[in-house]
Amino acid sequence: MLEKKEDALYEQLRAIVSDMKNLRNPLIEILHQAQKLFGYLPMEVQRFVAEELEIPVNKVYGVVTFYNAFTMKPRGKYVINVCTGTACYVKGAPRIIQMLSEILDVELGETTEDGIFTVTAVRCVGACSLAPVFMVEEETFGRIETRKQLQEIISNYRQKV
Amino acid sequence: MNVVINGREFPARPGESALSLAQRNGIFIPALCYHHKTGSLARCRACLVAVAGYDELQTACNLPVKSGMIIDTDSEQVKSYQRLIVDLLLSSGEHDCLSCEQNGDCTLQDAAYYLGIEKPSFKLPIPDSTVDHTSEMIVVDRKKCIQCHRCVEACNNTVVNEIITMSERGFQSRISFDDGMVMGESNCVQCGECVQLCPVGALIDKNSIGKGRAWQLEKINTVCPYCGVGCQIELHVNRKSNCIVKVSGIEEAPPNKGMLCIKGRYGLDFVTDKARLTKPLIRTENGDFKESTWEEAVSLIAERFNQIVKDNGNESIAGLASAKVTNEENYVFQKFIRREIGNNNVDHCARLCHSSTVAGLAASFGSGAMTNDINDINKADVILVTGSDTTAAHPVISGRIKKAVRDGKTKLIVIDPKQIALADYAEIYAAQRPGSDVALINSIMQVIIRNDLYDKRFVDNRTEGFADLKTEVLKDKYKPTNVEKITGVTAEKIERIAELFAEGKTGSVFYSMGITQHTTGTDNVKSIANLQMLCGNIGKPGGGVNPLRGQSNVQGACDMGCLPNVYPAYQKVTDAKTKDKFEKFWGKNLSDKAGLTVLEITDGIQQAKIKGLYIMGENPFISDPDQNHTIQALKKTEFLVVQDIFLTETAELADVVLPATTFAEKAGHFTNTERRVQRLNPALRPPGNAKHDWEIIQLIANAMGSDWNYRTVRDITTEINAVAPSYAGITWNRVANNGIQWPCPTIDHPGTAYLHKDRFARGLGLFHAVKFKEPAELPDDGYPLIMTTGRVLEQFHTGTMSRKTKGIENIAKPMVMISVQDAESMGIVNSEKVKVKTRRGEIETNAFVTKRIQKGVIYIPFHYAEAPANRLTIRALDPVAKIPEFKVCAARIEKI
Repeated sequence: MLEKKEDALYEQLRAIVSDMKNLRNPLIEILHQAQKLFGYLPMEVQRFVAEELEIPVNKVYGVVTFYNAFTMKPRGKYVINVCTGTACYVKGAPRIIQMLSEILDVELGETTEDGIFTVTAVRCVGACSLAPVFMVEEETFGRIETRKQLQEIISNYRQKV
Repeated sequence: MNVVINGREFPARPGESALSLAQRNGIFIPALCYHHKTGSLARCRACLVAVAGYDELQTACNLPVKSGMIIDTDSEQVKSYQRLIVDLLLSSGEHDCLSCEQNGDCTLQDAAYYLGIEKPSFKLPIPDSTVDHTSEMIVVDRKKCIQCHRCVEACNNTVVNEIITMSERGFQSRISFDDGMVMGESNCVQCGECVQLCPVGALIDKNSIGKGRAWQLEKINTVCPYCGVGCQIELHVNRKSNCIVKVSGIEEAPPNKGMLCIKGRYGLDFVTDKARLTKPLIRTENGDFKESTWEEAVSLIAERFNQIVKDNGNESIAGLASAKVTNEENYVFQKFIRREIGNNNVDHCARLCHSSTVAGLAASFGSGAMTNDINDINKADVILVTGSDTTAAHPVISGRIKKAVRDGKTKLIVIDPKQIALADYAEIYAAQRPGSDVALINSIMQVIIRNDLYDKRFVDNRTEGFADLKTEVLKDKYKPTNVEKITGVTAEKIERIAELFAEGKTGSVFYSMGITQHTTGTDNVKSIANLQMLCGNIGKPGGGVNPLRGQSNVQGACDMGCLPNVYPAYQKVTDAKTKDKFEKFWGKNLSDKAGLTVLEITDGIQQAKIKGLYIMGENPFISDPDQNHTIQALKKTEFLVVQDIFLTETAELADVVLPATTFAEKAGHFTNTERRVQRLNPALRPPGNAKHDWEIIQLIANAMGSDWNYRTVRDITTEINAVAPSYAGITWNRVANNGIQWPCPTIDHPGTAYLHKDRFARGLGLFHAVKFKEPAELPDDGYPLIMTTGRVLEQFHTGTMSRKTKGIENIAKPMVMISVQDAESMGIVNSEKVKVKTRRGEIETNAFVTKRIQKGVIYIPFHYAEAPANRLTIRALDPVAKIPEFKVCAARIEKI
C-alpha cells in the first residue's frame, strides 16, 4: 500500500520535473515542489530528481544541504521555527528553545515521536519588535516568556491534529 | 603595460591577474585556493593585496592588472590581514603537520611559514573529525580541509566525474561525495585529480602513507605505461627503498594536462612486485625452469635459432614485438627478425586491435593513424563516439569529451551496444546490435545525402569515388526503416543522428575496438572514413577520424615496422626501392616477401612451418582469440623464447625466459595515440639481473654472429631518425617535454597536430562503397546470446600489470554483464555464479545484471586468466587486416 502511494508521488514528481526542466536553473523550485510532495527530501528523491534532470546527484545534494528550507529528515506536521536572530537571541531565544525541547522531549532539529512537531532554529524572521519570536506555519508568536504560554500554544496545535 | 609590485616595475600581460604577475616574477603571495587549472575561485581570501587608489584590499587571484597599477603585497599592514585569514584557517580543523603526508609540500604550511604563524590563535569547531578510509586509493581527512573548493572544481570541471560537492554551510560545510556517501561507496572512479589539486593534506594517496617525505623523494618525468593516451606522469621515487611512492600527472603535458586515471596514478605496484623476473630461466630436461646466467641463456638461444634456420630455412622463425616497450626496442626487434633471421615474420598485438584501422584508413586516406590531436577535442561542434568505452579504456580522453559537452559548445552522439558512461552526456544515445555498424553508418550517410546535408565542396575538391558511395548507400536496404530491423536503432533515431552530426560545422569521430574487432573491421573503418569525408570533417582542427589506441606504445610499435608488411614508417617490404634502401643501410640481404601476421604465426606453428618463436612483452595465452588453439600452438613450438617482466601464462610455456625491464627503469620513447613521440626517463634500478629489451636483443644478435654495436638508446633513436622519414625530425634532443607529433620530416619541422590538411596522404580521399555483411557467427537456438568483449576501467589488457595492485583487484573482478531482461528470464540474480558457453569452450564467472547492456547481448572483460573471455571468442578473421572478431560470437549462459 505504502509503495503504491510512493509510486504515485514519484509519478507526480516526474511530471513536475518535465514541466520545469527547461526553465533556467529549475533545481531549487523543483526541490521545493518535491519537498511539498514527500514532506522531506530523502536520498532517493534527490537521486530521482538528478536522474530526471540529467544532472549529477552531487549538485542536488549540495543545494539541499545548503538551504535551511530543505530537509533530509521527515518533519513533523507542525514545524516550530524559533528565531535566533540577534534581537531574539538577546531577548531569550535560547530559553525558548530549551523550554520547547523539554516540553516536547526533542532536541533542536528533531521531530517528536508522534510526528507532530519539529523544532528548528532560523535566522532573523524580521519581527524583531516582537522578540523573542517563533513561527508555526504562517503564524507568528511574539514576546512569549513563560512555560505556561508555550504549553498552551502547543496543546492548541495538538488539538488541531 | 607595466605594473608596480612592492616598488618594482614589471611588464604585465593583458588580462593577467595580479597573482599570476607576482608568481611569474618570484613574488610570494599566500594563495590557497588558486590553481591555474581551476582558475581564480577567490574563496580563501588569503591573497589580499593593497592597490593604490582602492579603499579596500583586493584578492590578487581575480584582480586583473591595469597599466600603471601600484600593488603592495608585503607591507606589514597587508601581511597582518593575510595573517588573520591564514590564522583562521589554521584554527578551524586540526592541521597537525608531524605525520601529515603533505608536510613539505603544503600550501597552508608555506603560507603560515611566510607569515610567521607558530600556532593557531583560535579554536574553532570541526564539523566532522572522522577520517574516511573507505576508498581503496584515497584517504579523506576533513580535519585538514580548508574548504578551498579546488577538489570540487577538479572533480566537476577538469576530469568531469562530478562526484565531489561542497555541502552544508557555515561551520558545518564540508566536502561530500555524491549524495553524502563515504568516498568508497560513492561513484568515485579514483582518478586522484582531487588529491593532485588538494593544496593541503585533506585528500591523500593511501598507498603513499609513510613511504617518504616530500623532500626525500626524487621526481622523474616519464610516460604512463597503460593505454595509448600517453599521459605524462611524474614518479616520486624513494631512492633508498628503490620504489615509487607516488605518481602525479604533469600539469603542462599536452595529452593529459595533469589528469590521470586510477591505473596510471595508483596501478604501478607491478614495477616493484616481488614476482618480477630477475634472472634468465632455462627449461631443463625434466620440464622445470632453472635459473641461469645471461651468457648461458643467450648462447643457448643463439645456438637454437641458428640451428632452426639451418635445418628449416630462414622463414621458420617468427617474432612478436610489444606495444608496451619503447620505439627503440621495437625498432631493434624488427631489425633482428628482418636482418638476422632474414624474414618479415614480425607482428604484435596491434594485429588484434587496430590492424583494420591501419588497413582501412590507409586505403581511404593513405595513412592509418589518428588524424587529429587530443588538445583540439573541444573544437568540435559534434562528437560521435562509437565502439569505444572511452571512460573505461581511455579515461583522460573521456574527461576531455565530457568537459567539451559540459562547456556547452559540443554535442555528443554515442552509438554503442553497451550504454557506456559517456552515453549519460550524449544528446543522442543509440544501442546498435553488435556487428551491424556498416548498415548503420550507410543509413546515416543515406539520410545525409538525401537531405543534402553533406559538404559538397569537400567532396568535389578533396575526394574521389563519391558516385560509387552514393549508389551503394542510397540503396533501399539502407533506408532507416529497413536498417532499424538490422541494427535495432529506430529509424527516427537514425534520422536524428544524421541531422545532428551533419549540421555541426566540425564533427569528429572517436572509435576503438568496437569498430575494429570484427570480420568487417576494415569495412567499418572505411565506413567511418566515408562519413567523415562526406561531412568534410578531415583536415581541420577538432575534426577527423580518431581511432583510440589501446596500449602505451602500440602506435610506436606499428610506426617502427613491427608489422609483417612494412619497415619503419610504413615503407612496404615488397617495394624494391625500399628494400634496397634498408639493405644498404643494414648491410645485409633482406626478404621482399610480406611475413606472417599474429594468427598466421600460430597457424604456421600448427602446420610445422614455424619452429622458433621469439616473444617480447606479449601474452598471447590470454590476449588471443580461441585460447585452446593458442595454447596448442605455443606448446607445439619447437623453441619458444619469452622476454617479459613477469612469468606470464605464455612465459610458463617457454624454453627460455628472459627478464626485461619496465617503463620505469628505461629510457626511450613511446608514441601515443595522437602520434606524439614522448620521452621515458629511468626512475628505478632494474631488479636483479634484468636487462633492457634492446640490450637483450643485441646480445642475442651478436651471439648469433652479428655485428651490433649500440652503446646507448640514443644510438638507436638516431638510426630511427635516419631510416623513418616521418620520424626524421624527432631527434633525441628535440623531443623535450612536450614531445613531437609525427610526421616530422626535418629537424626544423614543428610536428603535425592534424593530418591531411590540404591534401590527403594519398592525394585525394577515396570513398569506398561498403556493403553490409553479417558477423561470422550469429546467435541461434543453441547459443542465443551475442557475446562481446572489452575492458573495464581499472584493469588493463591481460592483467599482467594492473592486477599486481591490490586495491585495483578489490574493485574490478571478473564478471559477465547481462541485461535485466535476460537475467530475469533466466532467473539469474546479481553476483550469481554462472557458466558462459560458446562453441569454443566455457568459463565460470559472476553475473553483473545491469540496465546498461541491451537484451540479447552479454559483455565479458578479457583481463582475467581465471575466467578468460578468449577461451570463448571465435577465430574468424577480417579478410584484409586479419583481425579476429573479438566483438561478436554466439554464446549461452547457464545457471550452476
